Amino acid sequence: MSIELVNAIADMREEEALKLVKEMVEGGSGPMAVLDTAREAMAIVGQRYEEGKYFLPELMMAGEILSQITDIVKPQLAKMPEVKHVGKVLIGTVEGDIHDIGKNIVTFMLDVNGFEVLDLGVDVPPQKFVEAIGDFEPQVVGLSGFLTLAFDGMKATVDAIKEAGLRDSVKIMIGGGQVNETIQEYVDADAYGRDAMAGVSLAKKWAGVE
Amino acid sequence: MEKQLSPEEKLEALWQGKLSPKDPEGNPLPFQSSEAEKAYKDRILRFKDAIQMKKLPDRVPVTIFPSMFPWTNAGMTVQDAMYDYGKCAKVFQDFVLEFEPDVHWGAYAPGPGKLYEILDYKLYSWPGHGVAPEHSYQCNEGEYMMANEYDALIQDPSGFFSRAYLPRVFGALGGFQMLPFLPGILEMYGVALNFIPFGLPPVQGTYQALFEAGAEALQWIGAIGGADGALATFGFPNILGGFTKAPFDVVGDTLRGTKGIMLDIYRQPDKLIQAMEALVPLMIGLGVANAQQTGNPLIFMPLHKGADGFLSDEQFKKFYWPTLKAVMMGLIDAGIVPLPAAEGGYSSRLKVVQDLPKGKTLWMIDLTDMADAKKTLGQNACLLGNVPSAMLTLGTPQEVGDYVKNLIDTTGQDGGLIICNGAFFDNAKPENVKAMVDTAKEYGVYK
Repeated sequence: MSIELVNAIADMREEEALKLVKEMVEGGSGPMAVLDTAREAMAIVGQRYEEGKYFLPELMMAGEILSQITDIVKPQLAKMPEVKHVGKVLIGTVEGDIHDIGKNIVTFMLDVNGFEVLDLGVDVPPQKFVEAIGDFEPQVVGLSGFLTLAFDGMKATVDAIKEAGLRDSVKIMIGGGQVNETIQEYVDADAYGRDAMAGVSLAKKWAGVE
Repeated sequence: MEKQLSPEEKLEALWQGKLSPKDPEGNPLPFQSSEAEKAYKDRILRFKDAIQMKKLPDRVPVTIFPSMFPWTNAGMTVQDAMYDYGKCAKVFQDFVLEFEPDVHWGAYAPGPGKLYEILDYKLYSWPGHGVAPEHSYQCNEGEYMMANEYDALIQDPSGFFSRAYLPRVFGALGGFQMLPFLPGILEMYGVALNFIPFGLPPVQGTYQALFEAGAEALQWIGAIGGADGALATFGFPNILGGFTKAPFDVVGDTLRGTKGIMLDIYRQPDKLIQAMEALVPLMIGLGVANAQQTGNPLIFMPLHKGADGFLSDEQFKKFYWPTLKAVMMGLIDAGIVPLPAAEGGYSSRLKVVQDLPKGKTLWMIDLTDMADAKKTLGQNACLLGNVPSAMLTLGTPQEVGDYVKNLIDTTGQDGGLIICNGAFFDNAKPENVKAMVDTAKEYGVYK
């Protein structure tokens, strides 16, 4: 574990971080060592976001640095390593709504907190959520939406999950824009989250993570 | 020499112009009745007094600033509202006459669908073009300006917008990529060479599309503007002059995109700041031109990427606020009232944005606590808001009424408050919207 690299990534020193990665690779460090170091740094970024020290610029820079690092080490990997996850979360912006900034932050924060996240993207029809629950078998489903019309998209999605007989197999959280307790009751979700940290806490609670 | 008007005199002239409305021929507007005429003037003065914070209005003003609600509430799809201009205008007119807000904001939200088709608009999806008929249009975020194009924007903003940006967001305007550099016409020997592009089919095709789009825009404004005129005769003024934006949002919303601008904060902060500074006079000019065209004193500014959670305090103070403030001060100097909408939460920004001259701006407040806003920003600015969309959509008239009363009790006692929804909404229970308006009228009387 290179503490220099951890700090370079966590402190957003992009060029230095990439230089260190190349040096590590040329010096014979295996790709796994590099990726473990990067993951360590991402956890620090997530923590600083939770503490209110980091905001969107840092999350996006961290994501950008990580993807460049992955590109550097990928040729040396037969396949991307299996990571042990603490739980599975299915997430997406509901049908009719194409806003994704909030959803992406939640995805990032779940990821750095050890969850395997399947992101279905935006404007996702209810049936697609239902199918993904069947295939991916998440413990938690996160429905995102920014517009007032998303309330109905969320409700339609929860209804579809009920009709498929899957409602009891997942916990459902909603978030985004104007979402609050009233909306939670309306769509019959299990909880709502005001911000990304609230989403992570809910997922941890439901996945039984301490 | 003509006397230069002070900012106060310019603004007062705009308000006075609003108070003596004209018909399209320039004659005094014929009101439906003397009651309608009195109500029209009372409503404008009520808004003016609330905004200027010099004396109490007769009561707390109230308005509805919806997105697609007037049309969805009438059983129309958004698609219909975007394509049937006459019906769009008529439905809006009926909406205002039914709900009776003090002022309205015009039937401009749906916009002309056919025009966007003619231009092959890429920046937004709208009903029938990537969005279902009953849903509102939504922005397709992307990198419409590349990371290495800051210098092009900084050195020649208009040139960048016409030659690079327009062809990217309008498929039908590709010919603009071939436009000549205008200084080429400074001497006679350059003139003819500079007109060659206008003879080429792609450029001519682009101009053809522009002519068609222009004709469509005229049809649309004939119907939509007609609703403004008709509503004025019934005593309901529209005081919205148009819009402009915070330079950070200009870059972050529709040029570089959210990801682009957030990375630029780290990768090329100086270029970003230079570009935003270059945009300041353009954004002032946009607001001033809009206000002059319409004769209306308020210029709307939707604020997006400076809200709580997007940037740190330091980043907000360094990247977002300086150029936003410069645009607002420029508008104020031109005798215009900026109407920024603090979308999302703005709790962490209140003390920073408080730094404005008193009684010169009107702030639409969304999720920020209004009592907190009153103690800070509200000392210098009139606050407009903030009945939650969730409550309007799913609550009861009783809840809405109680919310409005609480707003008046906690933030409206010494003026500087206008009751309104906090965020734009497409769906709501009409009885809730009615309760918002009626409660403000009954409970908001200053004694």
